[in-house]
Amino acid sequence: MALLLVQTLNGLQLGIILFLISAGLTLVFGVMNFVNLAHGAQYMVGAYLAAWLIGLTGNFWLGLALTLPATLAFGLALEALIYRHLYNRDPLDQILATFGLILFIDEGVKTIWGAEPISVDTPAALAGGVALMPGLLYPIYRLALIGAGLAVAALLYLIVNHTRVGMRVRAGASNSAMISALGIDIGRLFLIVFGLGATLAGLAGALVAPILSVEPGMGDSVLILVFVVIVIGGVGSIRGAFLGALLVGLIDTLGRAFGPALLDLAMNPSAASQTGRSLTPMLIYLLMAGVLFVRPSGLFPVKR
Amino acid sequence: MNWRAVVPGFGFAALALVPLAARWGPEAYALNLATRALIFALAAMSLQFMLGCGGLVSFGQAAYLGLGAYAAAILARYGGGDLLLEAGTAIPAAALFAVATSAISLRAKGVYYIMSTLAFGQMLYFFFVSLSALGGDDGVTLDARARLAGTDWLASDRAFYYAALAALALGYLLLDRIVGSRFGRVLGAIRQNPLRVRALGFEPFRYQLAACAISAALCAVAGVLLANLNSFVSPAFMTWQRSGDLIVMTVLGGVGSLGGAILGALAYLLASELVSTYTEHSGLWIGPALVLVALRGRGLAGLVWGGR
Amino acid sequence: MSAILRLEGLSKRFGALAVSQDICLELAPGRLHALIGPNGAGKTSLINQISGALAPDAGRIFFEDEDVTRLGLAQRARRGLVRSFQVASLFDGFSALDNVALAAQARAGSSFRFFARAGKAADLNAKARVALDRVGLGERVGRRAGELSHGERRLLEIAVALACQPRLLLLDEPFAGLGVEESAEALALLQTLKTEVTMLLVEHDMEAVFALADDVSVLVGGRLIASGAPEAIRQSPAVREAYLGEEEAA
Repeated sequence: MALLLVQTLNGLQLGIILFLISAGLTLVFGVMNFVNLAHGAQYMVGAYLAAWLIGLTGNFWLGLALTLPATLAFGLALEALIYRHLYNRDPLDQILATFGLILFIDEGVKTIWGAEPISVDTPAALAGGVALMPGLLYPIYRLALIGAGLAVAALLYLIVNHTRVGMRVRAGASNSAMISALGIDIGRLFLIVFGLGATLAGLAGALVAPILSVEPGMGDSVLILVFVVIVIGGVGSIRGAFLGALLVGLIDTLGRAFGPALLDLAMNPSAASQTGRSLTPMLIYLLMAGVLFVRPSGLFPVKR
Repeated sequence: MNWRAVVPGFGFAALALVPLAARWGPEAYALNLATRALIFALAAMSLQFMLGCGGLVSFGQAAYLGLGAYAAAILARYGGGDLLLEAGTAIPAAALFAVATSAISLRAKGVYYIMSTLAFGQMLYFFFVSLSALGGDDGVTLDARARLAGTDWLASDRAFYYAALAALALGYLLLDRIVGSRFGRVLGAIRQNPLRVRALGFEPFRYQLAACAISAALCAVAGVLLANLNSFVSPAFMTWQRSGDLIVMTVLGGVGSLGGAILGALAYLLASELVSTYTEHSGLWIGPALVLVALRGRGLAGLVWGGR
Repeated sequence: MSAILRLEGLSKRFGALAVSQDICLELAPGRLHALIGPNGAGKTSLINQISGALAPDAGRIFFEDEDVTRLGLAQRARRGLVRSFQVASLFDGFSALDNVALAAQARAGSSFRFFARAGKAADLNAKARVALDRVGLGERVGRRAGELSHGERRLLEIAVALACQPRLLLLDEPFAGLGVEESAEALALLQTLKTEVTMLLVEHDMEAVFALADDVSVLVGGRLIASGAPEAIRQSPAVREAYLGEEEAA
């Protein structure tokens, strides 16, 4: 029972991180029709910048506060130098360019910060654990991370659904031809969407820095999970990204923790543990296949 | 004079001379590199068939490469290490996996299709990572190179190079015929205008599904060869980055051209190899080069003769 | 003889906009039936529903006494319910000949043939040449469709439809954007074609409609308001008010 609680919280936490990364990317796909493979690399850059800035200032909060504008600046630089010239182009050119960017950024962080993983201390205010039930300590930082993620999700929901900018973003995601018809400056809208996505990815990177090791390539594995989230949730849908991310986070974490044990009940233990270990990492992909089969445009498709 | 036949003919003849030239240099290294380049050319060409000729941007091609490689590894372990048998097993296995996953992926369009092929590839990757019977993450070593129809001809590196070249040439002839066939014409038409194709009475889904199976089958042969070249197979054969490499090779050579995919693969592999002899940080050079090619458009041809 | 196409209570809405409201229509074989109506009357939506590109919300479609309501675009095309597109919809990378040969191929049995060169299939090419000669593009066989003029593309569109061996041909505004001379050629072409194949012609060009049509139906605001012989339609006060009147006012 205690284990179930802990793993659920862990799953929730993975889901929150996935949401922060996929919220921006799903809008970039939906509004700009742009295939950005380098989004995971931007998350990684966020983690590295946070590790560096926290070390430099000696203060977690100051480092975090500096990381956000830094990742925004990095994202906007990429937009101005590269992405801007690839909108409305063949997706293959976008894939080629952003794949090249991944190679460059992965190698770049290795060159600057070395190939060894970097660890970041949790801030003193959030160190230690809290007793969820007698004898069960859960790290405060992880709880704070879940809370912060939910707060950002709520804020994003307000922005997208109740502001003028948000209305334009939604219009763009459902029909990109319409926004130019409405006389909206597309270049500016793209910049806003892109900047938002870059900042959220950077924030996710900064938040995980104290609990994951910061290392080259950390964005690549996350990128695929984020794609799964977007396929499940529906391209361009913030709500879909949120629910998809929580679903993927929970299923992946709980599946790995309890899948083999559940299979034990059904078949003999040694076969079960082998099958379990093989099957559980595949669970979310099977989930995605199932969703695609029933709803080819995701669970929460944006109306076209 | 029929240039469609002459140019590839000269190309393959030139490739056949490579082992002779290699004798003047570091032979083992050169042969290994050249063979690897041919194998990736075969894989890139199989992707070109889907992507360039069929308009299906698959980001999971490395899964078929991996399936082929693991088929070879499994057969080699249980004493079935004959190249023909390995290919004969890998081809249906990959085609079957392609049909099962594409039947779902093809329901999705555009970006969804790209992402779902990527995810299915990743699914297979994790399957082999956690399959401890085949070494899991660490992979599995092949004790000996495959035999060919009972003989040990392939033991020589030079003979193995020619086997890879033969596979590439046969694959090229096969795909070239298919592209020009009735089937290929429907496939090309679907890429240009799927609604029109349906209005003529064709169901695009069937043709695209068949194209996926053909592409997967050929890529699996490349996987079998790669396993035998390295005498080693691991899940790293089928990471999504590997799929990305294959897309890069295909796009570099020019979308839609089978020969272009071969040239793109050779150019990309040789350039990567060359850069990495000068610097540890090859990504710092290769990455921006790819960005530059993409910004110009139309692959390497666009870089040389101007973009779109 | 019974109707070749029968629509029973066809209805379709896009949100608040009703593009088809309870449409009932019968087409007799061997005749050219014209469908006219002002812009936004729902003509193209109706063609899309008949051809299978759009599913109706309610109602049924019978083609040669078979209920085809639930069949897709491709299945209907294989039965001989063939359409042309308002904006010429061609394979721009293919030659004119290949465009039409592909249509002939669609009728020539399985296309799961992987080895023989399709470009050398004499039977398909012969059929394609016949269709191209028919529409007067005999000189343009080798040109890529993307390089043809607008008028030539419209003619190629008709050649493609002909090569599909239609039992009923749905023509969506074949005269759109044609010059005076090209219009006259297209008119002459349809004059001879109508003796061979049943057609449903959606058209804006009133001169062409009244020169060609055996029967005329009038669609306004998603409703069929009149159906009958061209003379009767021309005289009908309801039509004049609802449609021709609007044109004059505009």
